Amino acid sequence: MEPFWAVVVGIMFGAGIYLMLRRNLSKLILGLILISNAANMLIMTSAGLTRDAPPMIAAGKETLTGTYADPLPQALVLTAIVIGFGVLAYFLTLLQGAYKSNKSENLDRLGGGAS
Amino acid sequence: MNLLVLPVMIPLITALLLLFCQKNRRLAQIVSTIGAFSLPAVGLLILSRVHEEGIQVIHMGSWQAPFGITLVADYLSALMLSVCGLVGAAVAVFALKEDMNLSREGVFFPLLHALLMGVNGSFLAGDMFNLYVWFEVMLISSFVLLSLGKTNAQLLASIKYVALNLVSSAIFLTGLGLLYGKTGTLNMADLAVQLQNTESTVLLTSTALFFLVAFSIKAACFPFFFWLPPAYPAAPAPIAAIFSGLLTKVGVYALFRTFTLIFNQDTAIFQPILYWMAILTMVTGVLGAVAQMDIKKILSYHIISQIGYMIIGLALATKLALAGAIFYLVHHIVVKTNLFLLAGAIEKSGGTNDLKKLGGYYKGYPLLAVMFLVPALSLAGIPPLSGFFSKLFLIRASLENGDMFMAFMALAVGVFTLISMTKIWMEAFWKKGVGENERRPAKIKRLDLTVTMPIAVLAVVTVVIGFSAGHVFHFAELAAEQLIAPQMYIDAVMGGNAR
Repeated sequence: MEPFWAVVVGIMFGAGIYLMLRRNLSKLILGLILISNAANMLIMTSAGLTRDAPPMIAAGKETLTGTYADPLPQALVLTAIVIGFGVLAYFLTLLQGAYKSNKSENLDRLGGGAS
Repeated sequence: MNLLVLPVMIPLITALLLLFCQKNRRLAQIVSTIGAFSLPAVGLLILSRVHEEGIQVIHMGSWQAPFGITLVADYLSALMLSVCGLVGAAVAVFALKEDMNLSREGVFFPLLHALLMGVNGSFLAGDMFNLYVWFEVMLISSFVLLSLGKTNAQLLASIKYVALNLVSSAIFLTGLGLLYGKTGTLNMADLAVQLQNTESTVLLTSTALFFLVAFSIKAACFPFFFWLPPAYPAAPAPIAAIFSGLLTKVGVYALFRTFTLIFNQDTAIFQPILYWMAILTMVTGVLGAVAQMDIKKILSYHIISQIGYMIIGLALATKLALAGAIFYLVHHIVVKTNLFLLAGAIEKSGGTNDLKKLGGYYKGYPLLAVMFLVPALSLAGIPPLSGFFSKLFLIRASLENGDMFMAFMALAVGVFTLISMTKIWMEAFWKKGVGENERRPAKIKRLDLTVTMPIAVLAVVTVVIGFSAGHVFHFAELAAEQLIAPQMYIDAVMGGNAR
């Protein structure tokens, strides 16, 4: 499974960076969404994918036995998704504000110039 | 309660309390000031505790490292906590009478304390993922603070700032994922142990590069500094001041921590990269500043240039160089925040930051002129102020390495810094103001004590650091010793658990 997901993550990163390089604000945010989700998937993939083996201690046992999915990357990804979602939502409101006051989505036509 | 929790808990509680007392302006000011002033006190307390008992560690919920969340304070963390607390308190006082419209005021102070919480948390984090979370706490508060005014310039600056920081966070996460996949741990001390005898150096180097890029974006190193010059001048004075003092320095701290503790195996690859990054950051920053005619923009470019000086320490990686860089860090946070506060004070009293329209301050407001002179000369490295010693130690470190080129560059950049500072002095203070003549002095508004007091205190601190450079350097040296020999850090965190 891992090689497949590695390719998927690579495509997501590539597509995200391509979108970010366009001079358009809505494509910028789509690119950022793709990149931040690609990073999340990379955490899951690189930590190793285990199917059908929840990390639960069986009844009557003291410790985990056999193969089990590593719960830590899932916790990490959950945190990262929540943070990423919040920041991206805030970024959307910023873009909306910029669009309202400039009536343009093109980065070159936004006022203020380069600096 | 353990001392190490306080730098995070105090701003958290203050921010929450402030959300409840939005209606009562007086009460909000008192709560914010008390919260801000307790931070440097706690920082110094932690510093003295580290001095007496060695590295302080706390395992949250008694889950031993590497399984639980760990907070660690060594000399570097404790020094940074103290200085950042001091700067935070100065800005909190400076902002008391800031002319903010009411909708902004309700969120400004809670966000300021949330920002301080994120900064303090980053200094204490003993775990890479925790560092990421604290970074985000800090960044989210800074995003909102930067766009508070909702002017068009601020919105555009925020878009660049937020977009680049999101990219940097994604890169940081990618690095984290690869690191976890390789080692199965994220605790910094445990990582250091695991990676000490790793065989796959190629994989390790590629992962380290992710961290290098992510932290360099946050620290505004060459070639990743493009978000900084438009962002900082757009923000209102107190916000620009706290950003200039703290945000990039957290990136520098993260670079210091990871590249001395975790990625210290492959120095042959990273030393040249850091070396050239340091030089190019110094030079491009200072040259950018020469071209500007706006006080805040000049100062923003100088932040970049000075980040370069700090990276020198990491690039040379000797004890003296690291100590010099840490001294520089302490000096820079105080001086830079002070200069941005002064830029704010000039803007308040003169109505602009544009050097072409300013003038007559030397005659019209001598107090401000004297207070500007101290940090400005210190930044340029005039003895006996703090900036002189910080440059002296770094240049001596590069000469001891037999590196004439680096020493020469550091000196040359110092000269250019002096040119920029003289430019501000000549234009704003010495030149006659617009429409000023013998009978009619320039129109300069007097400033409130809450504005001048923090500036004066920070100026005094600059002088004190200069005159007691030996003591401060002693602490910087102790911090550098701990960075050079990470075994102390590992032993303190892991206890008997080292695998």
